[in-house]
Amino acid sequence: MDWQAIGLSLRLALATTLVLQLLGMPLAWWVAFSRRRWKFLVEAVVALPLVLPPTVLGFYVLVAIGPRSPVGALYARLTGGLLPFSFTGLLVASVLYSMPFTVQPMAAAFGAVDRKLLEASWCLGISRASTFRRVVIPLARPGIATAAILSFAHTVGEFGVVLMVGGNIAGVTRTVSISIYDQTQSLDYAGAWHTSLLLVAFSFVVLALTYSWQRRAWMLWPPR
Amino acid sequence: MAATLTAACRKTLPGGFRLDAALRLPLDQAPVTVLFGPSGAGKTTLLRLLTGLEHPDDGTIVFRDQTWCDTARGVWLGPQQRRAGLVFQDYALFPHLSVQRNVAFAASPQVAERMMARFGLAGLAGRMPRAISGGEQQRVALARALAAEPELLLLDEPLSALDAAARVRTRRELRGLLASAGVPSIVVTHDRIEAITLADWMAVMVDGRILQTGPVRDVFARPATAQVAEAVGVENILPAEIVARAGGLLRLRVGNGALECLDGGETGPVLASIRAEDVALTRDTAGVSTQRNRLSGVVSAISIEGPLARVEMECGFPLVALVTAQSAADLNLVPGESLAAVVKTTSVHVIAAG
Repeated sequence: MDWQAIGLSLRLALATTLVLQLLGMPLAWWVAFSRRRWKFLVEAVVALPLVLPPTVLGFYVLVAIGPRSPVGALYARLTGGLLPFSFTGLLVASVLYSMPFTVQPMAAAFGAVDRKLLEASWCLGISRASTFRRVVIPLARPGIATAAILSFAHTVGEFGVVLMVGGNIAGVTRTVSISIYDQTQSLDYAGAWHTSLLLVAFSFVVLALTYSWQRRAWMLWPPR
Repeated sequence: MAATLTAACRKTLPGGFRLDAALRLPLDQAPVTVLFGPSGAGKTTLLRLLTGLEHPDDGTIVFRDQTWCDTARGVWLGPQQRRAGLVFQDYALFPHLSVQRNVAFAASPQVAERMMARFGLAGLAGRMPRAISGGEQQRVALARALAAEPELLLLDEPLSALDAAARVRTRRELRGLLASAGVPSIVVTHDRIEAITLADWMAVMVDGRILQTGPVRDVFARPATAQVAEAVGVENILPAEIVARAGGLLRLRVGNGALECLDGGETGPVLASIRAEDVALTRDTAGVSTQRNRLSGVVSAISIEGPLARVEMECGFPLVALVTAQSAADLNLVPGESLAAVVKTTSVHVIAAG
């Protein structure tokens, strides 16, 4: 079993989840409460990774963070390193790839908070930011937890984007799914078996826990 | 500075409903004002405009010496700056917080504790909102709003979420709580009994407009227009014509009958409004009494509504009388029977028709 790859995957998933909680929350808030006419465009962009082949997303991210792009050039000047084929580059790609798995459950949970409760808080003299912290977040907690669990699980399982952006560098970008691919290519079927089985068990446990926690987690099943 | 609330707002809602309300309330003379009108009159929208939860298309709102909203000058205070407490129709208590934390949401623990004691909530401090009764929820909502020390309290149909028995009990209680709150309040309601029980002052709203404001008894006794009379539930609104005026009295022709009433200086076509409670019935069709309006007629229908009987009569014009079911039984009323309806001159109120 490639414990190094498993450790890397867990580290990547954890980092991705944390970044997404920070970035996704304001975005989900905006999606849930904005009345802008062009909101649907943002919703569509956030949902794109659900339907795009990971190779397409990976390709664009690779180009966008490459040393010849403004982003990549700026990163190189600031840190002296390159984003592609690095853990940070992988993190950027994973954040984009798992964005819908954070934003959608959060936005659904925020949107389900009775607007009157927000108005009641405002009329009591409480600012919008404090109202979000004291009313919306506590009431949307199951949705926020679902967002974290799904983003984590989804990042652990990603393959195409990692391969495009990160390549296959042991200890840096070789995640567990790449490791299984390697094992299969090198006819190490026993290793592939074990690692795959571990992933199946892990994913099943995560989803079972999520659905026991909140029925609407992935919106695949009708509400109870 | 007198506690006057002046508002003149226009707003068209997405459904096409137009609100065009002008209001001036002397809140220091009348601590409790009722905003009264049928469902769909725009009362809640007006309340939301006053709290700042809703923007008017144009208009001004001035409370005491503070301009809350003036679209022409670009002045706008949000709900946080207005210090206008709002009690929602379904109370909107924070479901994730205990009673104590709800009341203390925007107040110091000391103030919250004082409010809880005053509203009899001390024993419920640790309970969650879903685990207390509707009447208790209402007291929590009221305590929460007052704990934030507002300068004006707004209540949207505060009794409508309660069942009938709780409503009667809470109505009396609410009057006492509002009167002793030390903060002027505006209560939205479509219920006449609520208006009479709760308020000192009232503003009648129909179809997005404020049609009349004044002391509650004045508005009920002397509706300014037929629309107000209909809104406040005056059963008899009769098209009439002035045929004579003498000695401070008017003589009206109403259908094929006649009525006498006090001369308020009206001219032209008028409406005579008589509350059904002010019509007495007697079998003695020829008797002498101080009543000037003794109308012979025929009973056309009787319906019993709880302790009251609603008697419809034809006495040259249709007239509805509301008497106790007991008196209706004592008189042994049956449809088709001849009877006299007696109405005091002062109970006939003349409204200019137009």
